[in-house]
Amino acid sequence: MADQAPLICRDIHKTFGKLEVLKGVSLETRKGDVVSLIGSSGSGKSTFLRCINLLETPTSGDIIVHGDPIRFATNRKGERIPADNKQVEQIRSKLSMVFQSFNLWSHMTVLENIIEAPVNVLKVPKKEAIERAEAYLQKVGIYERKDYYPAQMSGGQQQRAAIARALAMEPEVMLFDEPTSALDPELVGEVLRVMQSLAEEGRTMIVVTHEMAFAKDVSTQVLFLHQGVIEEQGSPQKVFDNPDSERMKQFLAPKF
Amino acid sequence: MLDLKGYGPELLDGAVVTIELAFLSLVLALTLGLIGASSKLSGNRLAKGIATFYTTVIRGVPDLVMMLLFYYGGQVGVNILSDYLWDAYEIDFFFQFDPFISGVVTIGLIFGAYMTETFRGAFLAVEKGQIEAARAYGFTRWHTFRRIMFPQMLRHALPGIGNNWQVLLKTTALVSIIGLTDMVRVAEEAAKAERMPFHFFIPVAAVYLGLTAGSELFIKWLNKRANVGVVQGS
Repeated sequence: MADQAPLICRDIHKTFGKLEVLKGVSLETRKGDVVSLIGSSGSGKSTFLRCINLLETPTSGDIIVHGDPIRFATNRKGERIPADNKQVEQIRSKLSMVFQSFNLWSHMTVLENIIEAPVNVLKVPKKEAIERAEAYLQKVGIYERKDYYPAQMSGGQQQRAAIARALAMEPEVMLFDEPTSALDPELVGEVLRVMQSLAEEGRTMIVVTHEMAFAKDVSTQVLFLHQGVIEEQGSPQKVFDNPDSERMKQFLAPKF
Repeated sequence: MLDLKGYGPELLDGAVVTIELAFLSLVLALTLGLIGASSKLSGNRLAKGIATFYTTVIRGVPDLVMMLLFYYGGQVGVNILSDYLWDAYEIDFFFQFDPFISGVVTIGLIFGAYMTETFRGAFLAVEKGQIEAARAYGFTRWHTFRRIMFPQMLRHALPGIGNNWQVLLKTTALVSIIGLTDMVRVAEEAAKAERMPFHFFIPVAAVYLGLTAGSELFIKWLNKRANVGVVQGS
């Protein structure tokens, strides 16, 4: 089943207390898709991304990773929870995430950060994991920093290390949560270039971003979220050059 | 050369008792501290309640009172249990409440309460993103604790553990009151018999100082190891 959709989300709702953050968001990806999630802050785009790998449990809706639907149950308080932690762990290992604030494990070197999950979660032999890690470090251009600790590197280098960590899982889908938002402006480019090269290799990526140029030039699909609903969806040409929704037009309008 | 009037070997034995007592109490205190902190941070209300009761009571009662309670009260408790078991089931059960055991249990319990607070603060100081990254990569709970939570917590906990350890070491001197022949007790007897308090207490003080100074160096070294990867402010 090589052409199975890597990820399908159907009608995802998420409520925090009384606040409904997601009001039915759906997404279907094909292999090699680069999906950009755009929208102003508070639109729910990061929450949606965090629902995909169950860092947040969706209040309702289905998530199907490579044909495997995540099973849910209800706890004693009547809240929805994942039914099977083993399944969640397994699914998470197929969806590696790159965080806004990198979240490299600060007590481990770059190399240790990258081999930790492959060795302990995927049970890759250590020697092979190291070879793999070194190859990905070459790819993101920080091989010579492999024995550094995260705090000894710039933000851009840390984020590239975090991307190498995600790549080392050889995931079905890579999730990027505003990967350049915490970076100094002059460091944004190096991270975006790495992401663009991944897109060109045909990796399936879902990217929450404020980088409109990236969304327009690199993605195959753009989702514009506003107050928890998809206002505009389609190819970048359609969303950026010919949007139907008023909100999207406002969002794109020059701000000053 | 220091002339200990023939009390030398006894003092040495006493010092060994002090060290054994301190180490065993430390092990108990660290264990109780980890359990206490986990209970306090768990969502379980019963566990939280028990841990809060434990730290409130223990930290609010003087160490000496606690020790006397355990030693004398402990024996009374054993006696009552023994009588009851004999009367009701004809089971012959009795043991003498050993001052060493009561010392370890009391000091372990007292410092377990302080360690609970130390560990609790340290767990809370671990950045949320570090744990989130572990979850996002499919780590099990145990793996997250062992590889991420624990090592990162340790760097926050070590200064507190070091403090507690120094106070614990000195608290062991209290066991001389319940009749354990530790270093202090030997020195006290010798000082009385020979009417030479300085002669015996100053070496004892020096031994304590040596132990605390030595452990300070060790903790410094541990600290350096635990803080690997942290850029220190100048």
